Parts: sequence; C-alpha cells; structure tokens
Amino acid sequence: MPDVTALAAEALVPVVEPFAADGVFGLLWLVIALPLAGAVVLLAGGRRTDPWGHLLGTATAAGSFLLSLVLFVALLGRGEEERQIGQELFTWIQVGGFDVGMDLLYDQLSALFLLLITGVGSLIHVYSIGYMAHDPRRRRFFGYLNLFVAAMLMLVLAADYLGVFLGWEGVGLASYLLIGFWQYKPSAAAAAKKAFVINRVGDMGMSLAVMLMFVTFGTTAFAGVSAAAGEADSFTLNAIGFLLLLAACGKSAQVPLQAWLLDAMEGPTPVSALIHAATMVTAGVYLVVRSNFIFENAPVAQTAVVIVAVVTLLWGAVIGCAKDDIKKVLAGSTMSQIGYMMLAAGLGVAGYAFAIFHLLTHGFFKANMFLGAGSVMHAMDDDVDMRHYGMLQKAVPVTFLTFAMGYLAIIGFPGFSGFWSKDKIIETAFADNLVVGLAALAGAGITAFYMTRLMLMTFFTDKRWAPEVHPHESPRVMTVPLVVLAALSVLGGFLLLGDWIVEWLSPVVGAEEHHELAVPAIVLTGIITLVVAAGVALAWFTIGRSEVPRTAPAQVSPVTRAARADLYGDAINDTLVVRPGSRLVSGLVVFDRSVVDGAVMGQAAATGGLSDRLRRVQNGFVRSYALSLLGGAALVVLALLVVNLV
Amino acid sequence: MSEFSKPVIEYGQLWPLLVIFGVACAGVLVEAFAPRALRARTQTWLSLAGLTAAFVGVVVIGTGLSDNDGWRGGIVMEGALAVDGPTVFLWGLLLLISAAGVLLFAERKLEAGVSAFAGQAAALPGTEAEREASTQGLDHTEVFPLMMFAVAGMMMFTSANDLLTMFVGLEVLSLPLYLLSGLARRRRLLSQEAALKYFLLGAFSSGFFIYGIALVYGYSGSMNFAGINEAIANSTGNRGLLLAGMGLLAVGMLFKVGAAPFQAWTPDVYQGAPTAVTAFMSAATKVAAFGALMRLFYVAFGSERWSWVPLLWVVAILTMLVGSVLAIAQSDVKRMLAYSAIAHTGFLLTGVLGARSSGVLGEGAITSTQAVLFYLVTYAFTTLGAFAVVSLVRDGSGESTHLSRWAGLGKVSPVVAGVFALFLLSMAGIPLTAGFTGKWAVFASAMSAGAWPVVLVAVLSSAIAAFFYLRVIVLMYFSDPVGPGPSVTLPSALTTSAIALGVAATVVLGIVPGPVLDLAGAMGAFVR
Repeated sequence: MPDVTALAAEALVPVVEPFAADGVFGLLWLVIALPLAGAVVLLAGGRRTDPWGHLLGTATAAGSFLLSLVLFVALLGRGEEERQIGQELFTWIQVGGFDVGMDLLYDQLSALFLLLITGVGSLIHVYSIGYMAHDPRRRRFFGYLNLFVAAMLMLVLAADYLGVFLGWEGVGLASYLLIGFWQYKPSAAAAAKKAFVINRVGDMGMSLAVMLMFVTFGTTAFAGVSAAAGEADSFTLNAIGFLLLLAACGKSAQVPLQAWLLDAMEGPTPVSALIHAATMVTAGVYLVVRSNFIFENAPVAQTAVVIVAVVTLLWGAVIGCAKDDIKKVLAGSTMSQIGYMMLAAGLGVAGYAFAIFHLLTHGFFKANMFLGAGSVMHAMDDDVDMRHYGMLQKAVPVTFLTFAMGYLAIIGFPGFSGFWSKDKIIETAFADNLVVGLAALAGAGITAFYMTRLMLMTFFTDKRWAPEVHPHESPRVMTVPLVVLAALSVLGGFLLLGDWIVEWLSPVVGAEEHHELAVPAIVLTGIITLVVAAGVALAWFTIGRSEVPRTAPAQVSPVTRAARADLYGDAINDTLVVRPGSRLVSGLVVFDRSVVDGAVMGQAAATGGLSDRLRRVQNGFVRSYALSLLGGAALVVLALLVVNLV
Repeated sequence: MSEFSKPVIEYGQLWPLLVIFGVACAGVLVEAFAPRALRARTQTWLSLAGLTAAFVGVVVIGTGLSDNDGWRGGIVMEGALAVDGPTVFLWGLLLLISAAGVLLFAERKLEAGVSAFAGQAAALPGTEAEREASTQGLDHTEVFPLMMFAVAGMMMFTSANDLLTMFVGLEVLSLPLYLLSGLARRRRLLSQEAALKYFLLGAFSSGFFIYGIALVYGYSGSMNFAGINEAIANSTGNRGLLLAGMGLLAVGMLFKVGAAPFQAWTPDVYQGAPTAVTAFMSAATKVAAFGALMRLFYVAFGSERWSWVPLLWVVAILTMLVGSVLAIAQSDVKRMLAYSAIAHTGFLLTGVLGARSSGVLGEGAITSTQAVLFYLVTYAFTTLGAFAVVSLVRDGSGESTHLSRWAGLGKVSPVVAGVFALFLLSMAGIPLTAGFTGKWAVFASAMSAGAWPVVLVAVLSSAIAAFFYLRVIVLMYFSDPVGPGPSVTLPSALTTSAIALGVAATVVLGIVPGPVLDLAGAMGAFVR
C-alpha cells in the first residue's frame, strides 16, 4: 500500500497495488459475464428468444446488480488497506517484458460504479419492458442493452488501460447501435453516424495516450503506471493528460466534441437515460478520476480539464434554455452536469471525490427525469415538443411527482441529493479560483431557470395538447422504476453523511485538507441557494405567468437563436472539419478514376453496364500510372540525395 | 585458371523450397499428360500435398533453429540464400496462405461446376471460340502450377541473400501473378486489362530495381548483403551511388508492397483479377515483399539506417492517408479492400521504420521485425478471408461487387455478413480481433523508435479507416436490399475451409496473440 508518510507531493498520489481476489471476490468476473452471456444469447438466438428475451435481459442485469451488492458488502467488511482487489482472468498480450493481462480491479471507485451501472441499469431494463412492449424488435433492444452493460462494466473494472480501451470501444459500439436503433428514421441513422465519428476523435486520443504510456512506462497497467508516474518528465505526463482529456471529451460530450449528444436523443428514451445520461457519458469523468496519478503530475493538463469543464457547463446550460424538445433540454442539462463533474475532477485531489459524488447523484436524478420524460412522451403519443404539453400533472400524477423529485434534486433544492453534490463542487471551485467559482455559480442559476421552464411547460400552464391526444399514466412496470429512482434522487445526499464518500474514495484518489474559503461555507451555500431561487423566479415570471405559444416564436433574441442552433456547434464542425475534409477527399478522388457515384451509401442499383464503364475509365491510364511511378521514383532518389549529400 | 570447386548446397535446409519448385514442374507435366477429366483433381491434390510436405519441412527446420542455442540459421547456397528465423517464419506463413489459396482456386461450386478461371484464356472475349470453350466446360487447371511457381518465387524472394537472387525471386513470383490476374471467367476484358497493366507497371518497376542493383554494386563491389553492409560500414566508394541505388531498390520494393506513390496499380489489379487470385495475392505478395524489404534494408542497408528511415516516414504517412482517404469514396467492394490493403501497407511500413539497433532495445521490448512479422500474419488471414467472402456474393452475371448490392446482406445471410463484418472489424483494429493486436505491435515498435508523428498519422488514418469499414457493416445490417437484393451462393467445403481458417486466425490472434507474437519474437533475427 502507498506510503503516505513520505513528504514528496508525488507520494500523496496513491499507487494501485491490488490484493489477489479471494473468497466471494473470485466471482468478480461474473458481474461482466452475466450481461455478456445475455447479449450473446439474445443476439445469436434469433427469433426463438423473442417471447422471453426481455425477461432474460432484465434477469442478467439484475443478477449482476445482486452480485455487485454482495461484493460491495464484502468490501465494506474488509479493512481499509485491503480494499483493492485484483483478479487475473488470462494473459491477453505477452511479449517479453510487456504483459497485458485481462485483469480486473475492484476497489472503492469501481465498486461505486458497479452499483450505479447495474442498479440503474436494472431499473432501466425493467422500465424498457413496458416502454418497448410494442416494438417488434424488443428482444434485440435488450440484447444491445445487455451488451452495453457488459462493456461498461468492463470499462470500469479493467485494471489496465488497454482493458479500459476495450470497454471504451464496446460502449461506443453499443451506443452507436442503440442511437440508431430506429434505423428507419433517417435522423436516427444520421445521429448514430455523427456520434460514431465524433467518438472516433476521442478514441484516437485514448489510443495515443495508451501508446504514449506504453512507451514511457513500459506498461499500461494501472499498477505500473501509477507507480512510475511520479518519475516521468512533466512534458510527457502533460501530453498523456491532454490525450486522456481528448478521449474524455469525446465520450462525455465536452466542448469541443459535444455535438453528438443532442442528436443522440434520437435513440429510444431508456437508452438516453442509461447511456446518454447516467453511465456511458460519465466514462470520461471516470477516466480522469482513475488517472489521478497522471493528472496530479500534469498541472497544465489539469488546468485544461477545468477550462473545458467550465466552458461545457455553461454551453450545455445555455442550450438547455432554448430547446423545446424535452429530451434535448435534458441532453443539454446532461452536458452541463457532466461539465460540473469534470470541473471537480480537474480541481484535483480536492475535487475527485465530489466529481464521483455528483456523478452518482446525477445518475439517479437524470435517469429519473429521462425515464419520466419517456413516460410523458408515452402519454403524449411520442410527441417531444414541450409546447404541445401543459398541465400534465393531473394526467400523469406518478410521473409528475417522481419528475418533481428529480427536478428539485438537479436545481439543488436544499436537502435533495443534487444540493449536496453541486454545493460541494461550487465550494471547491471557489476555493480554487474565483472566476471558475463564479462560472459554476452562474451555471447553477441557469440550470434552475431551464429546469423550471421545462417543469412549467410540461406539468403546469395551460393545456396545449393536440386534439387527438389523450394522456394516460404509464403502466406499473414503468412507474415503479420511476419511484425507486425518485427516492434515490431525494436520498442520494446521504452518501455525504460524515464525509463518507470522501473518506471511502481517499485510498484511490488521495485526500487533501480542506481549502480555506474566503467566506464560511454556510454563507456560500446560502448564496448558491439564492442564485438558484433567482433562476426559478425568472422562469416563473417569464413562462409561468404568460401564455406559451404552441409554435416557437420566430422573433427572438440572437442569443436564443444561437442556443436553439446548439450554439452553432454543428456549424463550427462543418466549417472547420467536415467541409475541408470532404474537399480533400474529392480532391484526391480526382486521381482515382473509377469513382462511379461518389458515395458508398449510394443506393443506386448497380447497372449491368458497370463493368463496361469501369473498363472504359480504366482504359489507357497505364501511361499515367507509369508516369506517377517515374515521378515518385525521381522524387525518392532526389530526396535521398539532397537530404544526405547536400 | 582457378580450380573449379563444387558448390555446397544445403539440401537439408532448402528442401521446402525445392519441393515447391518440383511440384510446380510436376504440375506442368500433369497438364500435358493427365486426362482432362482428372486434371483439376490431380492438380489440387498435388499442390496440397506439396505444400503440406514443404510445411512439414519448414517446421522441422524451424525447430532446429530454436533447439540449437545460439545458432540462428545461416547463409546457404554459397551465399545466395539465407535460412534464418524470419525466412522460416515467412515460409511457413506463405505456405499456409497458399494452401488456403489452393482451396479457393479449386472451388467449382460457385460457378456451377466450373472454376472461376477462363475456359480458354487465348480465346478472345465475345468470340465464337470463347462460347465454344464455355459450352464445352473447358477449364484452366494451369492455375495450380502457376501458383506454385509464384509461391516458390516468393519463398526465394524472402530468403534471398544477394541482390541478384532477390531479383530472380521477384520475377519468378511476379510473372505467374501477371498471368493469373488475366484469367477471370467473367468480365474478361476487365481482367485482361488488369493483367496487362500489372505486367507493364511491374516490368517498369523491375527496371528501377535492377538499375538500383547496378548502382549499389557499383558502390560496394558486391551483390551480397553482408558485402554491401561491410562496404557501407567502411564507407568506401561514392556515396551518391549508394543513395541513388538504395532509392531505386526502394522504389522496386515499394511498388511491390503497394505503397504510395507507387500504389496506382493496386485497385485496378485487385478489382480485375479473379477474386480467388486477389485473395491469394493480396495476402501472399504482401508477406513476401515485406519479408524481402526488411531483409534488404535491415541486413544490407542497416548501417545506412539514418538515410532510409526518414524516407520511409514520408512514404508510410502518405500511404496510410492515401489508402484510408480514398477508400472512403469507393463503391466497389474489391476496390475498397484494395485501398484498405494500401492503408495496411502503410501500417506495416510504420512497423518497418521502427528499426533500432539491438543495443538500444530494452529487455523484452517489441522489435520491429517481430511486430511486422506478426502484423503480416494477422493481415494475411484477414484479407484472404475477406476476399474469399467477396466471391460468395453473386448475382446472375457473376460476383456482385458493387457495394449497393451488399445492402441488406445481413438479412439474407447473417452468417456471411457476420463473417465479413468480423474481417472488417479486424482490419479496422477493434480490440479482441487480430487487427488490433497487430496494429498495437507495429505502433508500439514505431513509437519506441521515436516515430511519433508517423504513429499519430497512423492512429488518425485508423480512425478514418474505421469509418468506411463500419459503413459497410451498417450497409449490410441496417439497410434494406435494393431491387432483388443480394444473394449468397453457398460454397463447397473448399472455400468454406479457407474462410474458416481466416476466421479462426482473426479471432484467436485477437484473444490470445501471445504464442504467435512470441514465435515472431523468437524468429525475428536476420542473419548476415
């Protein structure tokens, strides 16, 4: 175990040094294997599994949850020094001194993640039984969900960056499949593609970071890297830090790789709740917190994390204010809340625990609200436009009440889970830097505004329903998960009782004395609450007190227009990346004469004359090929001579 | 007059090569004397038997290498050939690929009783003679001896220890391939053009190669790799001669592996050649050419590393970008795979330029030879399998290689689509497939040698490449078939086993790559 008595700053960063798994911990692999087996059976089993597929999918997730619970209790029973448990499954790559095992690491951090993923995951499985009841491809949906859960568990349980990468790609694949689940909708297919492409950018960061780690430390295992991180030169560490941040930006939809998350809402709502709110999008936060041994030694990269986080938390919040699509408001809010988590993670040892704390509470209340939104959509014939809602509190009382719990939690109403977790992050931010603190504070105010707006437009104000819509409460199988998640949204703050979560995580992320604040913490809490109240009041006076038009007004301020266009995220991507890229491709294609219709996806049927046409375009070009060969050869020889002789 | 001394020929270490040459010659005799009805069967079995015997020989020689502590192989045939670790490894790999290739060549079920090769190559397309040949069910069984000659040439190419032998090997492997490319039964004009183009450009590049030989000989006064190395180490002679010669040799090699800017022939030839030939040659030629390239540059020009490594940096970067970017725009599956092959050439070059002197290497670090050898294994089986799958998707006029015809394949034939998806995922380098481990190995090797800009581009182009591989998967699974939709012809056990070999290698090397990586490491030392 780490020698915390050493005075050097590096020594304060804990080293990963797991104990071998024994007793009940020997079952650790089953946590992943269960949903994986479920996915295999459901996806390979074909139609035979249709009648009971959803039950199997739910059962494997629930089994995984029970196992996680047992493991967690067992972990609680061990001494604090023995709470890092490693399990070696098999050796994946072994070459000489380089050894990548398929190893799992179960410690305080992954234990919490296991509970979140399998717990919320199981609830969402249950909810999906009802939500997807009328979808002919429900069994496949559950197969994908199981696949996602398995990959996500792999991500948080791997004891090696390569293992994390495996899970990382796995959740990316599952997310892609699920966003595009309703592939007959072109918008869903496009959204899936966008998510994939943007995530590839992040994945590149991840693979480069892993590569750089391997070159620097000769290993990619947490144990090896954490032990050696103190000795590497700071340039390399900062480079690794930046690459990990890039990876995190992709997965967690942080600026500048944020554009995919809003479109990802094309997927079925349970997917948005599980993957694009509660679990997968927080993988970036996990990565940063898990790599604390890198970031603690890479101050520049750490500052970059803070900057990205602050920009994102405001960016997402502003977008949330202008959207009329209930899921997109929640997506903007997710982006913004992950910004809070990243902010805490970027603040270093003082913030890691709070990042995870907010991640957990957010997982509860955001999953709750997404599922609530799904229930509302269910009631409104899959309409997502809040301008067509209004006064739904009577029509869907359970959904309303549970949603309200989530709402109070996210705005940080005193006593609710979000209050505790966000409060801590803002406090830590103020202790670190006044500007960052003020930005976080402003974010809280905006959050209160747009969430209140959502609440009012959906459950209060006048009925603006389409004439043929007759809202009804969802079946029990959907409301029970809502109730459970609502309860967790209220009670999640108990994790902070007696600083439990901070102490629990300190062996993983290190512990630090509390910063001194300029004002007493209680005063700051008061200020935060006042700002939140101001946001709520503003929403009340602008929306609650006036008529909400059924169609969005066109005469709006430039800010609103920008926010409606996702702050021009897509336009920026288009101008900077997409258009130059396609111009490059079409430029290069000039050299390739066989391009018939440009797009691979071109659905034009192949004509019988295709081979003819190909033959014609090929004819006679051998001379130009030969010319390019000659030119290339001349270039090679001249370059060699010039570089080496001159 | 000096006395004539009998050359020493180490038959004990050469016989796998000789067996293949022998089988090729015997195949010619079979063509001449065996009755037509028996020819195809006889040729298939003869080739397979020869390949098996040679493979046994390779295993025996390989065990001898590792048993004998300290002896890492040696120079044989009076210095013409080197039988060392990489030779044995590549021979084994080539023989395995060729066995799968023979299976693909022998497939007759896809074309309803005839092979995929032209009934009578000499008959002009669209003439009476051609019709006659096809109604009589004529068949070119010469493809088997041609292939055996190519294999023998490849084996020679990888083990050549002097420039002339290397050139002979290059020609022996190339000529049969030119012919094979032109023998397609369907779309004969396309195929013949491909063959002619391949031949003309190949001959052109051979010219560069042989001019390079002349210049290097002029510099060093030796054809032998060890001699060249010595001359470089002593830096005798005119350095300009050496650099120019080295550059021209590089051009010949880079042409053969299909690196930019010498890649132009690849898509045309891969597309025009019969798919079975494309499958064989995309795998085997790459293996042979990379084996020879490494031997030439590591053994002969190892001391001159500082001048050719930067060249390879540029070529590797260019190749990866050209391959992966142009692949995006392809609408023909064979062409797309051809561009992907170009991109993979770039990845392999990334491994080659990771060369470092053994003193710098840390204990147990991945050497560049090891990385490239391993990558060749992963790539060879994947590409072979992928092209084999291409030959299954057909319509009335033969293979339907236009990508739009692949839409909805996942619904028509989940197994075929699944297998193809697996190969594509492996080429994209998704973890737990062979391609991931291979990429990891070459990138790690290049990164340790300080070539991080190349690795950066490599990761970037893997990302681009993943995009078009995935598009095909999406097309197969998530798109609805257009018109009558794709149809899959069930192959006989021959093609099935070739594809199964590809699948097995792709999965096993992704999950437990250790043994093969270790083998590549143990075999990864060239002798000088």
